Amino acid sequence: MTFSPNHLGHPILETARQQVLEMGIGLTEEQLLDVLRLPDAALPAALELAHQVRLRHCGEDVEVEGIISIKTGGCPEDCHFCSQSGVFDSPVRGVWLDIPELVRAAKDTAATGATEFCIVAAVRGPDIKLMNQIKFAIDRIRQEVDINIACSLGMLTQKQVDQLASWGVHRYNHNLETARSYFPHVVTTHTYEERLETCAMVKDAGMELCCGALIGMGETLEQRAELAAQLAALEPHEVPLNFLNPRPGTPLEKQEIMDGKDALRAIAAFRLAMPRTVLRYAGGRELTLGDLGTRGGLLGGINAVIVGNYLTTLGRPAAADLDLLVDLNMPIKELQKTL
Amino acid sequence: MSTQSQRHTAETPYCELCGLPLQPSSRQKDAPKEEKYDGGDAPPSYQHSRCADLLQLEPPRYCASCGRRLKVQVSPMGWWASCARHGMNAR
Repeated sequence: MTFSPNHLGHPILETARQQVLEMGIGLTEEQLLDVLRLPDAALPAALELAHQVRLRHCGEDVEVEGIISIKTGGCPEDCHFCSQSGVFDSPVRGVWLDIPELVRAAKDTAATGATEFCIVAAVRGPDIKLMNQIKFAIDRIRQEVDINIACSLGMLTQKQVDQLASWGVHRYNHNLETARSYFPHVVTTHTYEERLETCAMVKDAGMELCCGALIGMGETLEQRAELAAQLAALEPHEVPLNFLNPRPGTPLEKQEIMDGKDALRAIAAFRLAMPRTVLRYAGGRELTLGDLGTRGGLLGGINAVIVGNYLTTLGRPAAADLDLLVDLNMPIKELQKTL
Repeated sequence: MSTQSQRHTAETPYCELCGLPLQPSSRQKDAPKEEKYDGGDAPPSYQHSRCADLLQLEPPRYCASCGRRLKVQVSPMGWWASCARHGMNAR
């Protein structure tokens, strides 16, 4: 597919074509705000441009990942969007997953063609017991499944970062979630700087950094642009893009589900902020975008998906996403290409 | 152990999403019109139609038989839910 500048019709998109598509330089925070403010009529052109940027700078492959919670619920942190916080009266109960089940889930994930399997724990940071479990889990998965292993275990110490890297953890997830200016409205039990510290240690240790966003929590468009720019400054390998799914019992349970067109504008903006980053569809897309919007995002800058279910909620059936990728003629990234 | 979530049926008195009774209590059924259900703690079954919709993207959170909160584990391709009294449900 070729990209025609005649389809742009808006100054920020012409700027983005020259700066991002041609030169590979992400948009600034101010420019991103212009993208987020584009009228509905300009949205198809913005998505088309973002798709061309993704094809040119990332290629046509789509990276598929499965995620699983090894320790669910009872988290001491107060992230206002999270049903796993022990601070709120959420229906989610504490559960530990046993290792055979974890290995089975890794096998099921690999069978979809996925190259990534992320083990997640609802904790402030891992203790010795959890680290030992993770080490054991990694060893067992390695024995039986050919898949990259990622972890998301909260805030880490330098020693823990070094341990995970030495165990061969391929990628570490630690989200910024929202803009620095909005963060205190969403989390009060730790700071933005603490999150940044873990992100920096992960990169320094040679692991790939997966650092994502959760949008639709009541942040302004300015703060959405701020978040995209702050993520771009971190230069993460991957950015999972979540849309708020308001959880019962949490402070954000009454928050309205984000408008689908705003979500698509955000996808285009994040791609134009980070032309070379893996931009992954993560939680909430089923509610916010539905089937049609899911397709729109894959043709608007997204180049990775979480397949199947999430940590505590259900996703689209894996087959539906895989069929969609076939329909869109988008090949799944193969394991050897990720190494 | 059953292999399917029971979801909302006549035999399951509790909503699997919110944990509230699916039918108004007999005391409410027999109450004078002005004392009948007012949107309070025990909504009638039609109030749970939204819960049923949401259960398309949620595992059960409460036992359909007794209303107890469930232990739930979600995995990429399925889920299981366990009630302390009624055992395991999986899909």
